[in-house]
Amino acid sequence: MSVKERILRPVKRIHGGTPLPHLKHTAEQETVIMPAPARVRIPLSQHIGAPANPIVKKGDQVYVGTLIGEAPSFVSAMIHSSVSGTVAGIEDYAPGGVGAKCIVIDSDGEMTPDPDLKPFPVKKAEDIAQAARACGLVGLGGAGFPTHVKLKPDGIDTLVVNAAECEPFLTGDYRECMERYDDVINGVYLLKKYLDLKQVIICVENNKPKAIEQLYQIATDYRDADDTVKLMKLPSSYPQGAEKVIIYSATGRIVPPGKLPADVGCIVMNITSVSTLYRFIATGMPLVAKRITLDGTAVKEPKNILVPIGTPIRDLLDFTGEDFAEGARVLMGGPMMGNPVADLDSVVEKRNNGILIMTEAQSKQQTACIRCGRCARACPMRLFPSKVEAAYLSGLSDRYNELNVMYCMECGSCSYVCPAKRPLTQVMRVAKSELRRKKK
Amino acid sequence: MKEMLSVTSSPHIRHIDTTRGIMGDVIIALCPAAVYGCILFGWYAAVLLAVCILSCVGAEYLWNLLLKKPQTVGDLSAVVTGLLLGMNLPAKLPVWMAVIGSVVAIIVVKQMFGGIGHNFVNPAIAARIVLMVSFPSFMTKFYEPFSGVVASATPLAATADVVPSVRYLFFGMHSGCIGETSAFLLLLGGLYLILRRVINPFVPICFIGAFALITWATGGNVGTQLFSGGLFLGAIFMATDYTTSPSTPIGTILFGIGCGLLTFVIRRFGSLPEGVSYSIILMNILVPHIDRLTAFKPFGAKEVAKNE
Ligand code: SF4
Ligand code: SF4
Repeated sequence: MSVKERILRPVKRIHGGTPLPHLKHTAEQETVIMPAPARVRIPLSQHIGAPANPIVKKGDQVYVGTLIGEAPSFVSAMIHSSVSGTVAGIEDYAPGGVGAKCIVIDSDGEMTPDPDLKPFPVKKAEDIAQAARACGLVGLGGAGFPTHVKLKPDGIDTLVVNAAECEPFLTGDYRECMERYDDVINGVYLLKKYLDLKQVIICVENNKPKAIEQLYQIATDYRDADDTVKLMKLPSSYPQGAEKVIIYSATGRIVPPGKLPADVGCIVMNITSVSTLYRFIATGMPLVAKRITLDGTAVKEPKNILVPIGTPIRDLLDFTGEDFAEGARVLMGGPMMGNPVADLDSVVEKRNNGILIMTEAQSKQQTACIRCGRCARACPMRLFPSKVEAAYLSGLSDRYNELNVMYCMECGSCSYVCPAKRPLTQVMRVAKSELRRKKK
Repeated sequence: MKEMLSVTSSPHIRHIDTTRGIMGDVIIALCPAAVYGCILFGWYAAVLLAVCILSCVGAEYLWNLLLKKPQTVGDLSAVVTGLLLGMNLPAKLPVWMAVIGSVVAIIVVKQMFGGIGHNFVNPAIAARIVLMVSFPSFMTKFYEPFSGVVASATPLAATADVVPSVRYLFFGMHSGCIGETSAFLLLLGGLYLILRRVINPFVPICFIGAFALITWATGGNVGTQLFSGGLFLGAIFMATDYTTSPSTPIGTILFGIGCGLLTFVIRRFGSLPEGVSYSIILMNILVPHIDRLTAFKPFGAKEVAKNE
């Protein structure tokens, strides 16, 4: 095998999927750095698990990277200040749900890094998970699962680096490949060394040829004797970046329902997570800013912006000068899985990767299901959404339980393809919570 | 100040295909063969097609109006049913019979079962069979192309010595129902639908393939059997109806093969010269069972079963 063949590996398995429009308008634009907003509100729960405990009080001086929220238990995450300034207090954070709190910090506009930050020495496997914990790292692809929880080395032989970025519009991970490739590769080798991995597979969708070329060059420069670091071009079909799908594409392994990637020897990390972890280990700067793709049908000048965590969306839009008509939809995340925000005081969180503003009038009129089967063919979990919908509408909870609605990952593919515009994903979501409620 | 923002459930983008668009594509695909049928059999054929379409749409419109249901004629499915029914009629059927057929298709077969997506057999085929049973002599009176002379028999029913050449049959220079004569134009329409991803190619391929294979294996005249009669119209446009065909890949293959074999059995051993409609309708009835037997396991569920 030539070097190229040894590094650039073919996809192991192909699993259905739906072609989506790419709409990656921002792909070739350098990331813009947003200056410090006047005030940030940093939620204490930006992850799955227990909210962090605040360790600062009103009037405290903080810097960029100062620890302000401490994780109380294993499944939780540290929270750091994203600006320098003074703590103005601890408030309720309405968009986060009942009882959610945030730390409000008035910025001094200087963005002074915390003088106490120093590189985090890594000497053994456990240190990697410690570093991820201290960095406040969570799944940056959207799930917000604390990273250190999955970085336990037992039984893991493969790291899958997820750079698929299969949602339309979003290009944050692509820009990470293009702008900070060194951090990516350094991070990969660091993880490989300390977690004792047999292989690292960096997965990029084939609609990003430049990123693949870039990573290939770097990977060749760094390559070790046995080519443990591989690069894989995934077909661009949605949801290629979903954890179970990407593991299947990269390794051919199947994660059974209810199991974790670790059960089949894999860790999946978003590419920005890998480079963020490396930067933390090398410089001590934790996760305090996130690259956000600002785009959507109502956005005039789409761009990527590096935004301090906790910046209100209102400030972000003021900075970019975007304006939009009433009744527009503002989404956090991609168009397939993103959540609509109810008001512009919602803030940018660690797990956000895009803010999309969409004009209304995209929802078409619903008609009756014509049983075309497209929803079933699109479903990555091989469910039958139209049957679930029918069962749900007739109130047959046993039936939709039998149809395995609990396996649904709410990827949105079924609603996307449906010619009758049935609200399938929405029904799946409601049916799932119905079953969860029943179980209790 | 709070802005008014819309909050809707994800996903926030939708594919452009709609039910109406899909039906529109089917109509476009049927047009060449329908127009050709009118040229072949004269203006009365065009009248018949128009009557079928209008009475199908009218029946659906009135049904919705009288029962105070949301109006559904905009989805164009009634136009497709009317066009298909018309294309399955002999060129000089009395108009009132065509109207009866249309009403049966829309009211009895489609709306009484709950409308689009709920009928368990194909409305156009069911209506054709009802007409066939009620008015057998009218429904089997076919005409020679252009001349309007009553054909002694369709090529299917003809004895071997008067069978026209395969090339004639393929391009459609022979007697038969209005829309079924030109296999070539129907194939063209089918290709369009496959390219537009409207129909699943497995159904017509398995249908026609299974039929051709068994005809050949039992020493039948493959060319004549294939290109005369309603095989192409049925296999491409009626067996692929979403509602009445299976939705799993293996199911569609079984369904296609089943249709092909039944058509062969009816044509060879039945007293009827044509078996396409009957075989499709028989297979329609089996669809729920096929679907259940070939249902998917969720991704990874097999592995769970193996480990336990
Ligand atoms: S995609 Fe829509 S119309 Fe087609 S089967 Fe599913 S729910 Fe029905
Ligand atoms: S939202 Fe759920 S049911 Fe719909 S395609 Fe995705 S996984 Fe399947």
